[in-house]
Amino acid sequence: MPNENGSRPGFRGLRLVPRAETAFTAKQAKSDQEVRWCPGCGDYAILAAFQSFLPELGVPRENIVIISGIGCSSRFPYYLDTYGMHSIHGRAPAIATGLAASRPDLSVWVITGDGDGLSIGGNHLMHALRRNVNINVLLFNNRIYGLTKGQYSPTSERGKVTKSSPMGTVDAPFNPVSLALGAEAGFVARTIDSDRRHLTGVLRAAADHPGAAFVEIYQNCPIFNDDAFAPLKDPGQRDLRLLRLEHGEPLRAGPDRGVVLGEYGELVVADVAEVGEERVLRHDAHRPDPGYAFALSRLDQPAFEHVPIGVFRDVERPAYDELMNAQLAEAAAAEGRGDLAALLAGGDTWTVG
Amino acid sequence: MTKEVQRLDRVIIRFAGDSGDGMQLTGDRFTQETASFGNDLSTLPNFPAEIRAPAGTLPGVSSFQLHFADHDIMTPGDAPDVLVAMNPAALRANVGDLPPGATVIANTDEFTRRNLAKVGYASNPLEDGSLAAYKVSAVPLTSMTVRALAGFDVSKKDAERAKNMFALGLLSWMYNRPTEGTLGFLKAKFAGRPEIMAANRAAFQAGWNFGETTEDFAVSYEVRPAALPPGTYRNITGNLAVAYGLIAAAELTGLPLFLGSYPITPASDILHELSRHKRFGVRTFQAEDEIAGVGAALGAAFGGALGVTTTSGPGMVLKAETIGLAVMTELPLIVIDVQRGGPSTGLPTKTEQADLLMALYGRNGESPVPVLAPRSPADCFDIAIEAARIATTYRTPVIVLSDGYLANGSEPWRIPDVSALPDLAVRHAAEPNGPDGAFLPYLRDPETLARPWAVPGTAGLEHRIGGIEKSDGTGDISYSPANHDLMVRSRQAKVDGIARGIPPLEVDDPGGDAEVLVLGWGGTYGSIGAAVRRVRRAGGRVAQAHLRHLAPFPENLGEVLRRYDRVLVPEINLGQLALLLRGRFLVDVISYTKVRGLPFKAEELAAVLQEVIDRAE
Ligand code: SF4
Repeated sequence: MPNENGSRPGFRGLRLVPRAETAFTAKQAKSDQEVRWCPGCGDYAILAAFQSFLPELGVPRENIVIISGIGCSSRFPYYLDTYGMHSIHGRAPAIATGLAASRPDLSVWVITGDGDGLSIGGNHLMHALRRNVNINVLLFNNRIYGLTKGQYSPTSERGKVTKSSPMGTVDAPFNPVSLALGAEAGFVARTIDSDRRHLTGVLRAAADHPGAAFVEIYQNCPIFNDDAFAPLKDPGQRDLRLLRLEHGEPLRAGPDRGVVLGEYGELVVADVAEVGEERVLRHDAHRPDPGYAFALSRLDQPAFEHVPIGVFRDVERPAYDELMNAQLAEAAAAEGRGDLAALLAGGDTWTVG
Repeated sequence: MTKEVQRLDRVIIRFAGDSGDGMQLTGDRFTQETASFGNDLSTLPNFPAEIRAPAGTLPGVSSFQLHFADHDIMTPGDAPDVLVAMNPAALRANVGDLPPGATVIANTDEFTRRNLAKVGYASNPLEDGSLAAYKVSAVPLTSMTVRALAGFDVSKKDAERAKNMFALGLLSWMYNRPTEGTLGFLKAKFAGRPEIMAANRAAFQAGWNFGETTEDFAVSYEVRPAALPPGTYRNITGNLAVAYGLIAAAELTGLPLFLGSYPITPASDILHELSRHKRFGVRTFQAEDEIAGVGAALGAAFGGALGVTTTSGPGMVLKAETIGLAVMTELPLIVIDVQRGGPSTGLPTKTEQADLLMALYGRNGESPVPVLAPRSPADCFDIAIEAARIATTYRTPVIVLSDGYLANGSEPWRIPDVSALPDLAVRHAAEPNGPDGAFLPYLRDPETLARPWAVPGTAGLEHRIGGIEKSDGTGDISYSPANHDLMVRSRQAKVDGIARGIPPLEVDDPGGDAEVLVLGWGGTYGSIGAAVRRVRRAGGRVAQAHLRHLAPFPENLGEVLRRYDRVLVPEINLGQLALLLRGRFLVDVISYTKVRGLPFKAEELAAVLQEVIDRAE
């Protein structure tokens, strides 16, 4: 969301990135590479939304970098005519950290999936969020391993029958939003591949957030896990299950139900007529403590009964790159820019001849 | 009373005590005094991996050996002339290394029945005659320190802790060391705690005075300054030299330095040192793990920085996949492996050279990486700059194999003239290089075979790189058999071609008639050099050469190997370089190996060399 400080409008998360003199078009955001996902894959919709959103950033195309790991979604950078790196499995947040910390003038996006980001790369994701590196992490969650052809992932529901779990999985799944909140990410959101407007709105909010932004995108894999999110897309049930988070607005799930505070601080969905309209909570994405957002993230239990989508948490705290660079500036200001000859000749010296 | 002063040409002193006794600090201070006096010197710290093993036990013994001389020397020395033993454990752990006639200075206060029993002494060796072969000076170091500090406002415990300064004062007197450096050091170190500062300075002074007044020490010694080449010197450890070399390389290339690292013994001091130099624009990132350390360094390199990661063997294993990605993406990256005893956790604080084959071949696929190894603590500075030159010129990861001995050991370093350092200025790609303004990220420079290094923020050069095989020129994903074959060979040819830009291997053969060559690499240079000197002094003829470039080898290496009847290759591993030489040059080198976590002893190597010479003649 462009801010109001008239002289330099733009996303707050891009305040150190130069402004584009002339905007590029969505078409220019596309690379010349043939897109190679399976027909009907949710990745197409996300790519299309992302491509048309990119020019909105208002920064030059060359200052945008997309870094991915390994997996179907991680092919993403090849399809965008920006700078990009298709790296190694799980490591994109680490690589992006080095880039973002040393180049605050870039808009850095990490594309990952549920296997890449939560399994092999869980450690890096968690620490990038904790440090609040100025990157936007888009985690495409299809609840399955696609590229390796259909094994269960860390977000697959318990009991799921896959090639590697013929009797059903015995693993308990992660909830990616809960995990990100547990790592105290300043910005945590969820959206759905098929809802382009919502998806674009969330991308906008993520770009506006200075520091690490985490976005879970429910993404359908028609080949290995079709209709994983069907209840959330089905016109008959959709509105009863989806809890659309809008800052300052009441938390409503359909016309009759709303979110209220439970006995122990948890959140519960209740019949509004029964509990009274005044008890329905208003969404506050700016609460400094992540506890409320975490409680919200638990509402999807069991089995997508109520799924909040939108921005769970949007709380600004100092970004890693800014803190790191501030220390460099402070050191140089206090003692002057380093002098190599003086450094080498420091300590106890003696002269011969 | 004026005491007799004896002139010596060299001395080896070993300070040994409990981990908590401050032996590393004591040794380090004595080294600094010796350096500022102008002797040549070489040091060998040796300490347990445990931070504080149980007090008074053998595993808790920490020692610091210093060899100093009035001429140039190459090693910390085989056997100490003087052992300072702060407790029975220190004596027991080190007495076996002493030659007959050596001096033992023992802290009698610690030789209690309990402490003796702890390390298996049935009777007190200071009294039972078992040390008859040595000159034993029994000094109650602790109680004398406490007495000297009677009037000071410090606890008994703090007074006792100052006993290492008393010992340092005594040794400083014995060897006529300058004292201003240590007094100044104590002032700075304890600036915030004036009572402790005063106590330590007083303990140091008391130790000196004790030497001067007591009858026990009738003689003091003088080791004249060494006639080193003219210049300004400082004493430097390998880890410090690496850190300085990296800062220098950043200045010379004009690139900001980015270190991604995870703490690991014995490499952490490089991270510590670099994190102190933010005013040079140095960014240090202490990562969540070894993988993220190298990942962040590679990310920074993609952004145009001089990306570096530092580690030891166990970390190298974890970094392999990212080094592979750097090979594939052809980005500059410096990987410093301070080798330690392996496999697995192995011997964290001891030295070894057993990561050579891992550095060369420890990745999936054909994954060529240049490998360098410094030969002395001071050489770590030059090697860091050489690594940066190769990485940025050829757009490749470079592995530097330092080791625990080089990292913590020190020697005098002639401070280089900054203006004489090589110009390594890097120019990132700024212009499209293909037809119709296209940018071809994998179009190679015909000379170096390097691809362009185009960094984000450069308009018109937007491109994608990654770990999947790239099409020659365009860098698009390619699964074509012919392209893969071409790219595998091109990456290898690029690394092989680095040999054209490195100096030929120099052979030291003063008589020009040696039939035996001794060839080493990395941290064994000093021991091999000292052994060669011994052999030559005894009339033996031997040639010496030492590799700093392990991949690619200097172009004349095969020719050098074939020039000699026999080639001896000493290594602190089970013969890794020997394997490479045999495989590559079909020369049946003689491999001599030891993996004890310690450098070779010159005496031992000299004997091996002599045997090889005798067999050849
Ligand atoms: S396997 Fe699934 S996630 Fe992967 S491209 Fe095909 S549909 Fe998409």
